[in-house]
Amino acid sequence: MATGANKKPAEVRLDRQDPEKIKARLLAKYPPKVARKRAKQIVVNKVSADGEVPVISSNVRTVPGLMGQRGCCYAGCKGVVLGPTRDIINITHGPIGCGYYSWLTRRNQTDPDSSADGHNYIPYCFSTDMQDQEIIFGGEKKLKQAIQEAYDNFKPKAIAVFSTCPVGLIGDDVHAVCREMKAKLGINVFGFSCEGYKGVSQSAGHHIANNGIFKHVVGLDDTVKEGNYRINLLGEYNIGGDAFEIERLFERCGITLVSSYSGNASIDAFANSHTADLNLIMCHRSINYVAEMMETKFGVPWIKVNFIGAAATAKSLRKIAQYFDEQELTDIVEQVIAEEMPAVEAACADVRPRTEGKRAMLFVGGSRAHHYQELFAELGMKTLSAGYEFGHRDDYEGRKVLPDIKVDADSRNIEEMEITPDPERFKPRISEAKKAELEAKGLQFSAYDGMMTEMPDGTMVIDDLSQYETDQLIKMFKPDIFCAGIKEKYTVQKHGIPLKQLHSYDYGGPYAGFKGAINFYKEIDRMVSSRAWQYMRAPWQEHPELSATYAWE
Amino acid sequence: MLLRHTSTEMKERSALTVNPAKTCQPIGAMYAALGVHGCLPHSHGSQGCYAYHRSALTRHFKEPVVAATSAFTEGASVFGGQANLVQAIDNIFSVYNPDVIAVHTTCLSETIGDDVPQIFAKAKADGKVPDGKFLFHANTPSYVGSHVTGFASTTKAMVDYFAETNGHKTKTINLIPGYVEPSDMAEIRRIAETMGISTIMFPDTSKVLNGPLTGKYKMFPEGGVTVEELKQSGNSKGTIALGRTASLPAARALDAKCKVPCEILGLPLGLHGTDSFVDTLRRMAGVNVPDALNLERGQLVDSISDWHQYLYGKRVAIVGDPDQVLALTRFLVSLDMRPVHIVTGSPAGKKYVKSLQEAVAEVPEEVNIKVPGDMFLFHQWIKNDPVDLIIGNTYAKYIAKDEDIPLVRHGFPIYDRLGHSYFSTMGYRGALRLMEKLLDAILDRKDRDADDITMELVM
Repeated sequence: MATGANKKPAEVRLDRQDPEKIKARLLAKYPPKVARKRAKQIVVNKVSADGEVPVISSNVRTVPGLMGQRGCCYAGCKGVVLGPTRDIINITHGPIGCGYYSWLTRRNQTDPDSSADGHNYIPYCFSTDMQDQEIIFGGEKKLKQAIQEAYDNFKPKAIAVFSTCPVGLIGDDVHAVCREMKAKLGINVFGFSCEGYKGVSQSAGHHIANNGIFKHVVGLDDTVKEGNYRINLLGEYNIGGDAFEIERLFERCGITLVSSYSGNASIDAFANSHTADLNLIMCHRSINYVAEMMETKFGVPWIKVNFIGAAATAKSLRKIAQYFDEQELTDIVEQVIAEEMPAVEAACADVRPRTEGKRAMLFVGGSRAHHYQELFAELGMKTLSAGYEFGHRDDYEGRKVLPDIKVDADSRNIEEMEITPDPERFKPRISEAKKAELEAKGLQFSAYDGMMTEMPDGTMVIDDLSQYETDQLIKMFKPDIFCAGIKEKYTVQKHGIPLKQLHSYDYGGPYAGFKGAINFYKEIDRMVSSRAWQYMRAPWQEHPELSATYAWE
Repeated sequence: MLLRHTSTEMKERSALTVNPAKTCQPIGAMYAALGVHGCLPHSHGSQGCYAYHRSALTRHFKEPVVAATSAFTEGASVFGGQANLVQAIDNIFSVYNPDVIAVHTTCLSETIGDDVPQIFAKAKADGKVPDGKFLFHANTPSYVGSHVTGFASTTKAMVDYFAETNGHKTKTINLIPGYVEPSDMAEIRRIAETMGISTIMFPDTSKVLNGPLTGKYKMFPEGGVTVEELKQSGNSKGTIALGRTASLPAARALDAKCKVPCEILGLPLGLHGTDSFVDTLRRMAGVNVPDALNLERGQLVDSISDWHQYLYGKRVAIVGDPDQVLALTRFLVSLDMRPVHIVTGSPAGKKYVKSLQEAVAEVPEEVNIKVPGDMFLFHQWIKNDPVDLIIGNTYAKYIAKDEDIPLVRHGFPIYDRLGHSYFSTMGYRGALRLMEKLLDAILDRKDRDADDITMELVM
């Protein structure tokens, strides 16, 4: 049943193979320097009695030529964090490609009619399409003109500008152009210096996006949205409609969503999100910065939640009830869980005979490789190995390691904003005493324990997995399902092993919440039971011997 | 409405591209390089470039698309990418062992001025390139041209790096197929083989990006032109380049380098496009056209006459890459259809625009042409003057849905349908298939719109 995810499973033996030998095999072909570097990013998990896990090197440079999964800073900033917001015109300042590839490809659903003005620019792609003359003489003039034309044609309430690699190199002052156009047009215009070469992965872009939104939008509107239990949902991007399912549950429970970051989101909601009473973090990696800054400046505390998995969803709803600590909310949350779970349990029971004992590997994102282990556990499946594409040590080992993380040259160039409490608007939402009382009852504030603490001993945790390592893992273990993204999908499937995309959901979903769990159970059942994988060999390849001639020949 | 902010009011835009009908050079470079056997494309830029290109090509082909990256960080962007590229070359040959690495540049490495041949020399001097392995490169700055330019430059680089001549011409004909599907490349080759002509085709992505599922993953599948064939191309009797924008630079380079005469044709798409290809092949190789091809041609002409009534006068909007758009326009006009709004995203030059204007000269109404334009403009034209049919890539479905106009998917990218990898639109058979798609779209709409009284069983 869908409750297995809460307990930490016993040690996984990885098909009775010695994990150290597996690791050696993964490294065998690498030149010595590369092998030394990768060895620190491939870890056999071991959780000590007091919750300590081994150190894993992460958020470090990808080795050139190894072929990994990562994208760039721009992708994290424009593609991931700002892309899902429907009512900002996002102009990519650069050559055409960056804007083109991030045009509608991430499946961020949105409901434009939930805003009074109905603005929705997600189906559009805006670019300055820089040409060589701008590379030589500078692109500021063209950017200014492009902002003007966006305004003239669309009359948006906000325009954001995203810098691509050459913009930083030629030294266009995007922020000065934005300030000038903001003054001229009287709408919010702001820029992001998210050139692709910054940082080591998308992660740098997340941070830059968080900083920009906090600097230019959060706090612009102090209107307090009416409603009880006022929360923000952070790091939920509404891929395949996940946010809609979570919103449905909030609505059922009487929880008021002030703003989401940034699935099904509006810039108007960002502007007054600081008036909420609690921040919930889904994807810790991409959005924890905004939560931290909002707490320091406005006094809004944050807790980690996870709506991937039915048990995790129930647990997260209970955490919200625990925070607000009112009987009415606690009762309705329990009632909603009680009403939702039977359908989940029935769906789980239906597929489990076909999924029980099957083995999964997950290499994706900065939180999904962790969260989706919940759903596999509910299906009775084992996670043999997992890792993030762009996670940091805190996403693996928990935030307790934050003080130990060394800031290297690649992280140092991403701005850490100096935030101080707002003189007028800082208001701690709960007293220290109340906080201590809730903590004593088990509600953790500003805490994330990371992926490894919840994974069985003996599983392999691998950061920034390469194509070569993917191939070796598949050959060694032949997992029943492999989870990654579009670039990995068909290389894995050519081996005859199904790959579930956990960025785009293979154009399915939602997988969040209770209804999402049911969708996921059915989808994994389909994938591990598909007949397609039986057809790879023709009858004459199975039985190549020639048959006898017929009597009449 | 999906594109709810697109109005009929046309305002002059000089700086803002909205809904582009092109993308950047390196993806075309990556696609072309995949058409060399045993070749690993390598993007000399930050990781985002190759991640985006691999993703886009994978979505289009539903196949593994392998490529590597120099993974620039801020440091590399300041100090130059030599160390990254040399290290990448070492790692790629050690770990993945391709026959060839095809490096293409990006806006990043072009802006800082990395000199790829110099870096190759360094890699070779450092012993990072094993014997019998090859490197080649193309300069593909994203801020010049489009994905088609990147394809053209990489195809030309194959000539620049590899083509040789020993002074003895063979009977072989070189075919440069242009930025077309793997299925199209296979069909172009099949037509030549049907005529008994020995060919070298480059690039050739058939059996690379439409491979089988066997349970064994091959990073370097059996398809693709070999380096040996590329060397031999300098001894061929002649070259036929299909599509000026994608294929002309390589054909001209081969003529200049190895004195292989070339003919530059449009894509062999549609009746006349294929006629011109077959006739040129026949003359160049000195062979007769076999009955098998005459039969295919006759079947196409037969079908055109059979179905003409449903095609005649239909107004069409076309958006796509220059060579494809020109060939499509000519084909539609030959069917007595009316291409009335025509946009390419790629810049293609005055000569190209003139060819398009000539192709629509006999269309009995005014035709809108924009080279280069974007899909926002294209949509505005359609809103102001609706059409019966749209031909474009997957992004055109947002326009088609909003305006309730049938769409035939053609070109790059097609993210949402099966077919382009396996069923060619080139040659007489391809033209028949394309006509089938046009008719399906038109007749499905006719059936949908028919009332209970006028519904037709037979069409």
